Amino acid sequence: MATKANGKRAKSGSNLSFRGWRRENGRVGVRNHVLILPLDDLSNAACEAVANNIKGTLAIPHAYGRLQFGADLDLHFRTLIGTGANPNVAAVVVIGIEDGWTSRVVDGIAKTGKPVVGFGIEGHGDIAIIAKASHKAKEFLQRASELEREECAIDELWVSTKCGESDTTTGLASCPTVGNMYDKLIPKGIHGCFGETSEITGAEHIAKSRAVNAKIGEKWMAVFEAYQREVIEAHKVDDLSESQPTKGNIAGGLTTIEEKALGNLEKIGRKCKYIEVLEPAETPRAGPGLYYMDTSSAAAECVTLMAAGGYVVHTFPTGQGNIIGNPIVPVIKISGNPKTVRTMGEHIDVDVSGILRRELTLDTAGDALIDMIVRTANGRLTAAEALGHREFSLTKLYRSA
Amino acid sequence: MSSPHFLVHSPKDNVGVVVVEGLDSGTDMLGVVTEIDKTVKLKAKSAIPIGHKVALKALKKGDTVIKYGEDIGRMVADAAVGEHVHVHNLKTKRW
Repeated sequence: MATKANGKRAKSGSNLSFRGWRRENGRVGVRNHVLILPLDDLSNAACEAVANNIKGTLAIPHAYGRLQFGADLDLHFRTLIGTGANPNVAAVVVIGIEDGWTSRVVDGIAKTGKPVVGFGIEGHGDIAIIAKASHKAKEFLQRASELEREECAIDELWVSTKCGESDTTTGLASCPTVGNMYDKLIPKGIHGCFGETSEITGAEHIAKSRAVNAKIGEKWMAVFEAYQREVIEAHKVDDLSESQPTKGNIAGGLTTIEEKALGNLEKIGRKCKYIEVLEPAETPRAGPGLYYMDTSSAAAECVTLMAAGGYVVHTFPTGQGNIIGNPIVPVIKISGNPKTVRTMGEHIDVDVSGILRRELTLDTAGDALIDMIVRTANGRLTAAEALGHREFSLTKLYRSA
Repeated sequence: MSSPHFLVHSPKDNVGVVVVEGLDSGTDMLGVVTEIDKTVKLKAKSAIPIGHKVALKALKKGDTVIKYGEDIGRMVADAAVGEHVHVHNLKTKRW
């Protein structure tokens, strides 16, 4: 069942810390995965066979990687490399159909200094590659199993956010709980991230005003307008009702995209300003603070991109009960909808439904979320992890050649 | 104070959100405007599911609906005070 936010004070006023794994490049992770990473759809079978041989490694199959080109191919590589480079990952075995593109992924991940090796299937066949890759995976796993956590200050934590299956309770309770957390932790030096470009429609004037300066605000607006022009207006056949807002959003009482967007933006609190606008899966390089990432609003695609950007914990407000997880990043579910908490409580990590009954203040709810973030960073498995949710969804910009 | 039946984000809003399950038409509702912590009373004129909106003022076709103190769309049919506001009478102004 969900942990009820009950007014117990988290340690947000004191020196917060957590225990994580410091990687070769200095970044700190909160999980210690050994990934078996396919370059392409063809290599999923070999990766899954290796993960079956070597217990404790994790294969993350996906649907793409062939005949992509241009910006779409760049995003594919950036996402795979970013996933392998994420500090929640101790080591990576990459398997691809051929050596060339496999090496591009290996070389990208190798810049972090972590153990990584690649195998191309052509000229060898699945069985020989599965055997070779299994030997390396075993070596990497045993090495990773001896790595120890160390005490780290909260400013080494990178926490992203995205909401899903939103309803009106997310705008009243769970999204502002995340906003309260950011208002408290961004000043302490964490990296934050929000995105969901289509889901700012109707609140773009507010989003623009939350940039750290006019230049970044204009940069954000250019990204927003490009999405409207190139994605929404280019492909829409109606007002997108049932897609954005989704059928689930509508069942939960959300009527229009404007209403959904205003609730969505509650996640960035009252005080935070975003300091940079990131491409999908881009790693932040402007130092601590809140970032905007240009993502779709589909949960698995968005969380996958933020994880590839280097975020190690994800906070996920939900109203109607989005059950998404991620293979490498713990996804913390926060819900303020009492019906969802009652009917599907096994998916919810932080219950903030007391806000609707006026029993719980936002300040206390924010502290409860901070407490859960620290516990999760220290190793508590989230509901999504315990239930085996490992949705790894690559964003595709257009059809392959 | 007993638990409210509905919450309103901003004093500028002309809709509120029902936050209890199984609200019947005719219920004398207690509401709270959260931004200013002010209580309001209203009689429900529809059975409104949890999370769905209730009209705080008489809304006419063409009127702009305000929530969070912001424009969230336009009415495409009338709603009396206390009636359900959703996809049957409210549409986006975008897309």
